Amino acid sequence: MNILTFDELVEECKKQEKNIYELIQEIEAADADISVEEVRANVKLHIETMKSTIETGMKSSEKAISQWCGDDCEKLQKRYANNKALLGILFEKIITYSLATIEENLRMGKVVACPTAGSCGIVPSVIIAVAEEQNFDEDTQIDALITAGAIGAIISNKVQLAGAVAGCQAECGVAAAMCAGALTQMLGGNITQILNAVALAMKNLLGLTCDPVCGLVEVPCIKRNPILAIHAVTSSELALAGIESKIPLDEVIDAVRQTGQLMSPMLKESSLAGLATTKTALKLKEKIFG
Amino acid sequence: MKNKGLFDVISPIMIGPSSSHTAGAIRLGLMARCIYNNKINKVEFTLYNSFAQTGKGHGTDKGLLAGILGHCVDDVKTKDIFSVKGIKYSFNFKEDLSRHPNSVDIKINDEMMISGDSIGAGEIRITSINGFSVNLAGQYHTILLMYKDKPGMISKASTIIQDRNINIASLHCDRNEKGGTASMYFALDANPQDEVIEDIKKIEDVYFVTKVGKLD
Repeated sequence: MNILTFDELVEECKKQEKNIYELIQEIEAADADISVEEVRANVKLHIETMKSTIETGMKSSEKAISQWCGDDCEKLQKRYANNKALLGILFEKIITYSLATIEENLRMGKVVACPTAGSCGIVPSVIIAVAEEQNFDEDTQIDALITAGAIGAIISNKVQLAGAVAGCQAECGVAAAMCAGALTQMLGGNITQILNAVALAMKNLLGLTCDPVCGLVEVPCIKRNPILAIHAVTSSELALAGIESKIPLDEVIDAVRQTGQLMSPMLKESSLAGLATTKTALKLKEKIFG
Repeated sequence: MKNKGLFDVISPIMIGPSSSHTAGAIRLGLMARCIYNNKINKVEFTLYNSFAQTGKGHGTDKGLLAGILGHCVDDVKTKDIFSVKGIKYSFNFKEDLSRHPNSVDIKINDEMMISGDSIGAGEIRITSINGFSVNLAGQYHTILLMYKDKPGMISKASTIIQDRNINIASLHCDRNEKGGTASMYFALDANPQDEVIEDIKKIEDVYFVTKVGKLD
């Protein structure tokens, strides 16, 4: 993809009078020397995998290799069997799907890294739950996922999407930003609103550390997925109301990059500080790895 | 350096929990299997640093073995791979800070030693084969050969590739000493026909040739 910044994306979309997904699917097709239909068929395959991950995850309560995580989605479903979610069925579905996906990941199930494995529950949960509740067809979901991918790809030109490089802001943070943009696309937002949603989601996750307990993709990664899926929805709702990020998106991404560089390596996937070195975390580490 | 595309971000479809420690491990195993290109009866893995410290919790050991056995990154059989029969395998765990945080040595049938790193987001690189430095990331169709270090070998091999009208994206050579054993690999823009490999094998003083496929 030859588009390096969000300014370039806006310019190109305006010039060609296209939506983000229309422009990006054509660029992808040209880069890979395939048709736009083939690009979309591949995206569809990813959405189908995401759906089957949710389905499998919701039925399982098998523990992770560490033996101390893996039954949160079951607990959540038990609650909703008898209680309505405070914010309604869509909220219930988003957090359930998100937990189902990320728990499948930790028990070595099949997932789509989006953008990474540790953040794989954020984008699918929102796209799929919203599509179900609003009766959006398959094409709308494909448009949304292409939009999400375009956003992640442009961010990754400046920020490597790895906790070890820029902390969790580059993993779950970017997933939430992608998700906010994808949802805004689905709900009919224009390109300005889409990019504002991305900026709002990203701005509020600056400096998010990657300090996984025992170095495993479990604590705090699992619960971070449903929590940030809702964060993405909030960002999208604000943007759809015409609320703007005062700092333009490209500059927000510069801030993510700079913040990532300034963060201590101890807080970037090394498990040398933060949650990973709390008293309880060290006890768990002793228990698992001896 | 290629800019990222859609499917660099929304991908891979993989077995969890970690793109570097699980998907990367499977791909390292797959690459090693592809390079060795013969029946594997015995394999010995040495995991270094973060691979050694947290690998078990991420299924890195299972992933490496699954790759050696030809399972892809999205194959759910990986989880139960230790129940497989017909191959002897063992794992060692070491610390060596001169190595990449996620690196592994894979010794196959006591014959070939392949080293590689998992460099993040499921991407990998093979860094050495039998002591020769290489840099294979699985992004290209690659022909790899070992041969006696002497004049004309590069030209002979590249002529065979050129005759099949295949474009060479890059070429890398290394040798242990002048006149000793040398290694060479070509990264290609197209999948070379089997005849290309057969023809290169026929060059005098070529000890070993293999085709390493592009990873999905």
